[in-house]
Amino acid sequence: MMSLTHLQRLEAESIHILREVVAEAENPVLLYSIGKDSSVMLHLALKAFAPAPLPFPLLHIASGWDFRAMLAHRDMMVARHGLTLLVQHNDEAAAAGVDPFDTPTPVYTRLMLTEQLKAALDHHGFDAAFGGGRRDEEKARAKERILSFRNAAHAWDPKTQRPELWRLYNARKPRGTSIRAFPLSNWTELDIWQYIALENIPIVPLYLAAPRPTVERDGMILMVDDDRMALRPGETAVERSIRFRTLGCYPLSGAVESRADTLDTVIQEMLLSTRSERLGRAVDHDPTASMEKKKQEGYF
Amino acid sequence: MDASGFAPDPLIASDIAAYLAAQQAKALIRVITCGSVDDGKSTLIGRLLHDTHQIFDDQMAALTSDSQRIGTQGQAIDFALLVDGLAAEREQGITIDVAYRFFSTPRAKFIIADCPGHEQYTRNMVTGASTADAAIVLVDARKGVLTQTRRHSYLVQLLGIRHVVLAVNKMDLVGYDQAVFDAIVADYQAFAASIGLADVSAVPISGLGGDNVIAAAPAMPWYAGPPLLGLLEGLDVSDDAAAARPFRMAVQWVNRPDLDFRGFAGLVNHGRVRPGDAVRILPAGRTTTIARIVTADGDLDEAVAGQSVTLTLADDVECARGSVIAAAEAPPTVAGQFEATLVWMAEEPLLPGRSYLLKLATQTVAATIQPPKFAINVNTLEQVAAKTLELNGIGTVQLATAQPIVFEPYADSRDLGGFILIDRASDATVAAGMIHFALRRSQNIHLQAVDISRDAHAAQKGQKAKVLWLTGLSGAGKSTIANLVEKQLHLLGRHTFLLDGDNVRHGLNKDLGFTDADRIENIRRVGEVARLMTDAGLIVITAFISPFRAERAMVRAMMAPGEFMEIHVDTPLAAAEARDVKGLYKKARAGQLKNFTGIDSPYEAPDAPELRIDTTMMSAEDAAMLIVESLIG
Repeated sequence: MMSLTHLQRLEAESIHILREVVAEAENPVLLYSIGKDSSVMLHLALKAFAPAPLPFPLLHIASGWDFRAMLAHRDMMVARHGLTLLVQHNDEAAAAGVDPFDTPTPVYTRLMLTEQLKAALDHHGFDAAFGGGRRDEEKARAKERILSFRNAAHAWDPKTQRPELWRLYNARKPRGTSIRAFPLSNWTELDIWQYIALENIPIVPLYLAAPRPTVERDGMILMVDDDRMALRPGETAVERSIRFRTLGCYPLSGAVESRADTLDTVIQEMLLSTRSERLGRAVDHDPTASMEKKKQEGYF
Repeated sequence: MDASGFAPDPLIASDIAAYLAAQQAKALIRVITCGSVDDGKSTLIGRLLHDTHQIFDDQMAALTSDSQRIGTQGQAIDFALLVDGLAAEREQGITIDVAYRFFSTPRAKFIIADCPGHEQYTRNMVTGASTADAAIVLVDARKGVLTQTRRHSYLVQLLGIRHVVLAVNKMDLVGYDQAVFDAIVADYQAFAASIGLADVSAVPISGLGGDNVIAAAPAMPWYAGPPLLGLLEGLDVSDDAAAARPFRMAVQWVNRPDLDFRGFAGLVNHGRVRPGDAVRILPAGRTTTIARIVTADGDLDEAVAGQSVTLTLADDVECARGSVIAAAEAPPTVAGQFEATLVWMAEEPLLPGRSYLLKLATQTVAATIQPPKFAINVNTLEQVAAKTLELNGIGTVQLATAQPIVFEPYADSRDLGGFILIDRASDATVAAGMIHFALRRSQNIHLQAVDISRDAHAAQKGQKAKVLWLTGLSGAGKSTIANLVEKQLHLLGRHTFLLDGDNVRHGLNKDLGFTDADRIENIRRVGEVARLMTDAGLIVITAFISPFRAERAMVRAMMAPGEFMEIHVDTPLAAAEARDVKGLYKKARAGQLKNFTGIDSPYEAPDAPELRIDTTMMSAEDAAMLIVESLIG
């Protein structure tokens, strides 16, 4: 008797969630951060609605400080699949000099990412946004439902979460409120990597090790991705073999030194690593329970 | 305790390809943990994560510092802090919401739903239990089987979880005494048998010390069975049973990129399907055959339970979201009335007669619920009389849906037997339900086809049927305006009928009072009468306070699209009370009249009425003229 593997089950579950939300929401969107989880989300979405084209656009909240390789990857995927891409950027804050080097990280994140996400959702009237969040990532995510409701101010209230039973998702919502949908809720980091390998999903090359110009700063290895990064006195760009476990704004993304230049060896290193995945992200270095707090403010 | 929480499988370093291949063959087991407050659930889960090496160094460092700062175990590691994720939980030292945790062993992958033990959070436990293959029921060895243990075990049985592992925790605090363990197990087994839990195994553990969690405990040589993790790894969670049942797939979405392709997307609920198989499309009932099984990776020769696919059909038959494609020779039941068990999950209690939305698989229909046949006292499991169900209440009810739905008994199918109820005003999920069976009368009553259609009735009168639904506070002027509207329409040669609140309550509804439930039934009956009159082609004018949005939405849903015109006769409470034509406000203020709208019973104003009449700005005559104009155009 044919039996499904656990990845086939996870894939089927995610596709089911994508279809339910599309069937019941008025104006859905896929939040596309170009990272590995977003890449899996896009792949699943293309599968869920084939042979029809993707029935929703992609939304990229561009801080202006994404790795160049991320933007190239984004544009390549959009062209390959004929996708509709919306890019949201805070021109005003950027013009006022808000940048990841001199602006305190929580302020920078709020102005360039969180507030922009909210502005884009409001501007386009999206009532459901798909995100690549997984429950194994963080304690607050572990308690979030697959369909997570946000009030008109985009705030999450963990105390009023709806019961979510079986494969039944209640996507009805009062006017003005919206849904963040997490089809990857039940995936783990290993599942994501294994699925990328099995399905040959294109990912940003920065996930694989290569020699890249770097500096060591505040305990993190940062990649000098363009000449906007001013070197501090005493700093020189050093070429190191590095890769990234998570991607975002390059001045806030810490690299790991590695020679793993294939998916198998990346997975091997990840499984042997004694440090958790989000450690490379400056945005998560806020006090404990900060994710819960950020979600209450409207962060994905 | 181990020095480090992290020790990876040696195969990862020696042969990553072999390790990854082995991952693919592992079963995925979904488990819930349940028990009373302080039974040590979070500690046990933290221990499972730690001892299966899922805790990274940085998490361990955070845990160590958190334990010193806010832990409850003195200087020792407080494993509960690994899972008590929300700030509110840490402040109160309790778990509020279901948390999902992941770990894997060389034999299986696990998703653990950590379910809070508090009475008020039963709905979270039901959420966690609905997708679980197995339940760990935790009991404190010092306390034995408690009320909460029984409540949770009953829910485990109700939600149809196949396997139960009784973990008698804190054995270290009873001197690892076998007699204590044996007594608790005997007590629990007797209870489990009485509620129909068949597969129960038991293990004595100490979550704090790790005894019998993943490895055998030297302190309890008298226990010969496997440790907790071994018991879980040994469970049979294959869905061969689902695959062996007749084929069903609830259609989620119609895939129609162009005129040449029309596919039906869904997840195969049961059974297997191949091109050429004969299928019946329910509830419409036409039969056809499967043409193709389409996926992004190419067509399949066969799809089985659990797969998400897109099916195409050989014939152009009626099929849409909500339809169920089923094996032609063994189709599921289609009915509009059932008996079911409800778990009520909202603060606002069940209102019998109110129209809720029922969602089952991909079908969403209006449904009304009869007063419970009985409720279950989950502490004693006795059946008790009940007029409603309160938050966390469980009872057996009869439901009627506005249209027949396709379903199977919950005992046969979680997908097609489990449903939720949704409040129409707040859109909140208010209840979970499990269908037992269809009521005979719903299968035996069929709508009588009539030869003179409703359109023919209306056409003969030279008009379109319509319901002019006037809603507003007592004393707003509804009856006055309604009378004027009818007079004008009559003069214009229209065929009308006026249904007035006071008049109906003297006859058709004289058995009803003014409680919320009776008000709902009052409006339901008026709605049904108005619908029959629209069938006869009449323009129906109604004047009822009809204070609740949900009931006005229910009546609107009874009518054809565009037929229902909601008119808000809007008068401020103070103005209506100042008029007080019938002296009712005075009585209500004096406490002689209970449940009076505006005084001690709410009026929910329409959000988007077709017409709003501001009686402070407009005379009754002008209002009537405005209504007639908007009707005649």
